[in-house]
Amino acid sequence: MATTYRTCPISGMQFEDQAEKLMRWNAVAGVLWLLVGGITALLVILTRWPAIKLLPADQFYLILTAHGIDMLILWILFFEMAVLYFASSTLLRCRLATPKIAWLGFWLMVVGGIVTNVAIFQGESSVMFTSYVPMQAQPHFYLGIILVAVGALLGTCVFFGTLVVAKKDRTYQGSLPLVTFGALTAAIIATFTILAGAGILIPTFFWSMGWIKEIDAQLYRMVWWGLGHSSQQINVAAHVSIWYLTAAVLFNAKPLSEKVSRFAFLLYILFLQLASAHHLLSDPGMSAEWKVLNTSYFMYFAVMASMIHGFTVPGAIEAAQRRKGYTNGLFEWLRKAPWGNPVFSGMFISLVSFGFLGGISGVVLGTEQINMLMHNTFYVPGHFHTTVVTGTTLAFMSITFLLVPVLFRRELILPKLCQIQPYLFGISMSILGLVMMGAGTLGVSRRHWDMAFSGAPFQYEWPGAAYLMMGLTGIFGVIAVIGGGLWILLIVGSLLFGKKLDGGKVSDKPTPIPVDTAAASAVAHGSDHQPVPGTVILALLLFVTFVLYYFVNWKYLSEVWLLS
Amino acid sequence: MSAILPPSDRLWWKQPIDKVEWAWIGIAFVWGMIMFAMMIYWHVYGKQNLSNEAYKITPELFAAKAEKFIAENTIRTETDQNIPVVKVPAGGDGYLIARLWAWYPILELEKGQTYKIHLSSMDYLHGFSLQPVNINIEVIPGYEHVVQMTPTKTGTYAIVCNEYCGIGHSWMLGRIYVK
Repeated sequence: MATTYRTCPISGMQFEDQAEKLMRWNAVAGVLWLLVGGITALLVILTRWPAIKLLPADQFYLILTAHGIDMLILWILFFEMAVLYFASSTLLRCRLATPKIAWLGFWLMVVGGIVTNVAIFQGESSVMFTSYVPMQAQPHFYLGIILVAVGALLGTCVFFGTLVVAKKDRTYQGSLPLVTFGALTAAIIATFTILAGAGILIPTFFWSMGWIKEIDAQLYRMVWWGLGHSSQQINVAAHVSIWYLTAAVLFNAKPLSEKVSRFAFLLYILFLQLASAHHLLSDPGMSAEWKVLNTSYFMYFAVMASMIHGFTVPGAIEAAQRRKGYTNGLFEWLRKAPWGNPVFSGMFISLVSFGFLGGISGVVLGTEQINMLMHNTFYVPGHFHTTVVTGTTLAFMSITFLLVPVLFRRELILPKLCQIQPYLFGISMSILGLVMMGAGTLGVSRRHWDMAFSGAPFQYEWPGAAYLMMGLTGIFGVIAVIGGGLWILLIVGSLLFGKKLDGGKVSDKPTPIPVDTAAASAVAHGSDHQPVPGTVILALLLFVTFVLYYFVNWKYLSEVWLLS
Repeated sequence: MSAILPPSDRLWWKQPIDKVEWAWIGIAFVWGMIMFAMMIYWHVYGKQNLSNEAYKITPELFAAKAEKFIAENTIRTETDQNIPVVKVPAGGDGYLIARLWAWYPILELEKGQTYKIHLSSMDYLHGFSLQPVNINIEVIPGYEHVVQMTPTKTGTYAIVCNEYCGIGHSWMLGRIYVK
């Protein structure tokens, strides 16, 4: 199939025509789902804010279901498809394998997303993102998700195929770039995640059609989380790859050690799947041995991997900055970083918030006994709004500021607003996560319409601090929605009204990555043995916070009723 | 070279690792081991561990066992719905039904006594969330979970449902008295 290759004059990156179109369509589709997800987010927030309590109960549960599906599945998966095509075709400078299949995958995802949303908004499928049986949704609710999953699987296969094309056409020499390697781990995790999803959603679809009589509720939870949690690991692998990408593009940063970073990605593949077990820690059906073994992620190897990335990404930036001469004190490299560039500020807030808030809370939440203090409380969404939102979504948002000129060939409109957007969104969302965790620590339930329990035979009054936390959740939630809305406005506005930029030279042949770049002559060791004392201090700060918070929770646990 | 180009050294897995990276990997590994050991330590020495005792059961059978328990141990009824208040025998078994949208019955316990509380659901998933103590346990239909509990303080406690179970989820509130 004839195709062309464009070399972007700004970045020097080479975009193959089909891959470029697919990336654009996937990214735009993702942004549209983010818009739906954002509107539902505002409605959810305004209902859970005790002083406002906007929606009636049935509409609240409907909107909350839509919010989960549209954000966690549709926004993120569409964007990830764009990331996969970028990490393969663009970074390896080759044509995309089987673009027709990639388009088929895209349209399956579009149709599936719409079908599921139709089911939700018809009102008979308010079963939440998790759709736990035996609560039943309409059959097309499940069918839509299955179509999305099949579409995503096709996209993933096209990614694998493109790696083969690059190897065959010899567009690069040696090993895959680290970012592509990270995307490959995301794609591998995606493959078995989607298979787990098929393993549970297809039977559930049959059950909703009446072809299967019963699905065991405990079994459903176990297999479903093979989908539900593992899909978050795709996100982690994808956004960590984007952190490395940002560091490489903005700072020309080399990984401190290719070996360490790549092994850390491998650890994700090997151990993250087991982490799904931490959703079942307060369930009756599994033994304590099973829970401890699985949630320790086999001795926390996956946690170790994230701790490694959390060190090597800022470490690589520090080494690059110090090489440029920012060597004063511990933190000149960080102070002199381009804080006015939203690509950097968004990425760095994503890194810090994911590590300090999302990462630590996730490990504490996933500790077998401590889970009893937090299971199904508001702590849980607090945790994942600091992983999948300030981690993944913010990383995706910040890289888009780079992609608008490079991929969409448009200048960003309103650059001042672009500068503040990552701060507005990242900081308010981080605080939102914190106050949600605060409310959860006080016991407030997630997915709950009414803190006052009106209609109940008894009264229970939450502590005043819980109401305070929920009020703050409302305030910072609204600010975060404004920050997210601003991003959509800036990006869509730039695509429509931004100044058109020169696309650069178009050729009908790919230009391979030159073999004899500085890379070949550089010493093997990425950091040139450049010490990174600032990063060491930051890492130790993370570690101390982690240890203190971890043991504080054991202290809380020791104060509740005795259980055995 | 940078992370978007192939590594300069084809055999990247043979690269040496810097001391500071080794140190951080070591810290992360040891910390992981400590957290792993902590869960086991708590099983041996800690006083808050979730019970492993669970059985498969049908909702009908569980309801029958609970009704028998209620008939034998009810001490009074409360509210205009006449919900029975059931005194669980010290050191004995108590049954708590989760159903759309109530926790049934009201249990009465004594401080410092250990009880075996049997939990199960008649229909959807429910969440046993004891407040303000903040103990949270998943309740699943088809499974009878036997949890040993020892209240440490007297008072009136609420059982909030914290697993979404439909339109009445927000008024599914139960009660436990500790004398």
